[in-house]
Amino acid sequence: MATVDLNDVRKVYAGGVEAVKGVSIAIPDKQLCVLVGPSGCGKSTLLRMIAGLETISSGTIAIDGKIVNAIGPTERDIAMVFQNYALYPHMKVYDNMAYGLRNRGTPKAEIDSRVRSTAKVLELSGLLDRRPRELSGGQRQRVAMGRAIVRNPKVFLFDEPLSNLDAKLRGQMRVEIKSLQRRLGVTSVYVTHDQLEAMTLADMLVVMNAGLVEQTGAPLDIYEKPASTFVASFIGAPPMNLLSLSTGSSATELERKLLGLAPPGGRAATLGFRPEDAELVADAEDRSGALMLPATVEAVEPVGAESFLHCSAAGNRIVIRVGGRTTAKPGDKLRITATAEKLHWFDQGGRRLDSASPSF
Amino acid sequence: MLDEETKLTPRVVFPNKVLPYLLVAPQLAITLVFFYWPAGQALYQSMLRQDPFGLKSKFVWFANFRKVLADPAYLNSIKVTVAFSLATAIVAMAVALLLAVMAEKVVRGKALYRTLMIWPYAVAPAIAGMLWLFLFNPSIGSLSYVLRSLGIAWDPLLNGSHAMILLVSAAAWKQISYNFLFFVAGLQAVPKTLIEAAAIDGARETKRFWTIIFPLLAPTTFFLLVVNTVYALFDTFGIVHAVTGGGPGKTTETLVYKVYNDGFVNLILGDSAAQSVILMVIVIALTAIQFRYVERKVHYG
Repeated sequence: MATVDLNDVRKVYAGGVEAVKGVSIAIPDKQLCVLVGPSGCGKSTLLRMIAGLETISSGTIAIDGKIVNAIGPTERDIAMVFQNYALYPHMKVYDNMAYGLRNRGTPKAEIDSRVRSTAKVLELSGLLDRRPRELSGGQRQRVAMGRAIVRNPKVFLFDEPLSNLDAKLRGQMRVEIKSLQRRLGVTSVYVTHDQLEAMTLADMLVVMNAGLVEQTGAPLDIYEKPASTFVASFIGAPPMNLLSLSTGSSATELERKLLGLAPPGGRAATLGFRPEDAELVADAEDRSGALMLPATVEAVEPVGAESFLHCSAAGNRIVIRVGGRTTAKPGDKLRITATAEKLHWFDQGGRRLDSASPSF
Repeated sequence: MLDEETKLTPRVVFPNKVLPYLLVAPQLAITLVFFYWPAGQALYQSMLRQDPFGLKSKFVWFANFRKVLADPAYLNSIKVTVAFSLATAIVAMAVALLLAVMAEKVVRGKALYRTLMIWPYAVAPAIAGMLWLFLFNPSIGSLSYVLRSLGIAWDPLLNGSHAMILLVSAAAWKQISYNFLFFVAGLQAVPKTLIEAAAIDGARETKRFWTIIFPLLAPTTFFLLVVNTVYALFDTFGIVHAVTGGGPGKTTETLVYKVYNDGFVNLILGDSAAQSVILMVIVIALTAIQFRYVERKVHYG
């Protein structure tokens, strides 16, 4: 039972570099919150500040309603899974898992039963006498998880725990972490730069960029309504197509036509649509109120169940997803359409313009 | 130009059969002249007995060894050496580790501290010995003045234990810099995330040191144990000679010093040679034991 509340948290390093520029996040109890963003966006720093491994320059962090700014990592009652696992190389798996319990003076019999039951859950029972160097990457990862779980802490912190695993194992562990977190009901903060991992794991997704939160919300809400061009291009693979349009007198006829679809107010500068929301049309007829975009195919990527067409349109490169196989070849001229409700509009500064809220 | 195949072969192939021997010849010559020849001479000498004037000598097989090993003065020297070596190695390593841990915590001027700490290593053993001798000289030493004013009857010239303390201090002081350097490197090699993980696991600083950092320093500690023991056993002649000369009585006469004393001062060449052969056997045995048994316990990946 624990909530984690960040209130205007900032981190300024000794050289004057500001890594985190005022972040406020409220993580409800039992939720898995994923911090996602490109490298250098401050997500790891933020996680380390929650752990107590970095000092907080200003703002407050509260765990379970209690401000922990002045409390060291030893007393915060949190557990962390590190990217390189940070297993103690001179200790056996059993001792790695028992270490935290021993430090807190747990009775020997209880340590033994907790370590053994946790090992059973993680399928580590046969490995308790091994040393970390005798384990595979996936097994080490499990031990690192076990070391966190066995302590039954208030909060789990994950610092890119799957990035050292191969793709197949990563997929497996992702599912396992999710179901384990559900079952244990421990509030968790998970840092990753992998948007797929972020989308599939998160109850609550926080997209960060350059030390600031770009958007917070449920993963699918963020996918459907990205708050900025940054979020639009970061969440989703392949990313959302973004066409920057010139306005005013320099606009071409096509651009003027496209801008006619934008929400009123005349601030629209970028048009976005997801690769899967576009369709190809064979005929030349215009559909009123829908996007109509001529495009030239430049490359075709067949993936099996679907194919991606890389095209150039209105001076931008875009990607279209078509189901199944396609007969399109590089050089083909296509017409792309998308209904108006599938279009996303952003202003000059990259912020979302919403037709539903004209005050925006 | 080497072709691909030659580059990939692990051995260097010389076209000329004589050239490789010529290339190793200087090294071999040095080893022969300065190690095998004198070692052989010592071995031969250890089985000879000379008359006091050095006019004739007699081959006596192992009589010299029997005599030396039954000599109470030699047995005393073994005890002195063991005590001195252990004390020197432990003091030198413990103090160096403490200093290295402290230096790690310094945020500003880390490099300056390290440089200053490493300086004493550049001091020659005899000079280090003289330094300590003057500092602790009962009549003119400034530190012995302090000791006496604290009510301690400090007199290394008459009290054997005091002489031993002085000798260990001088020998250890000289070695601290060297150990410090290795411990600093060892501490830097301990991954930071392990210490952070231990902190999150509820271990406070002292506990972290003894349960995580110290075990991970084991390879460094083992290496230094070997180096320090060998140093204390064999490289401290200069310090013993300068500080106590083996006295008072024979309380600080180490094995190496006794070889010199018996051979070059008392001119009992046979005994001295036998002692140096015994020393050689001790070194070989010690090194073998250390590498075979102790090293096994400190390796992990």
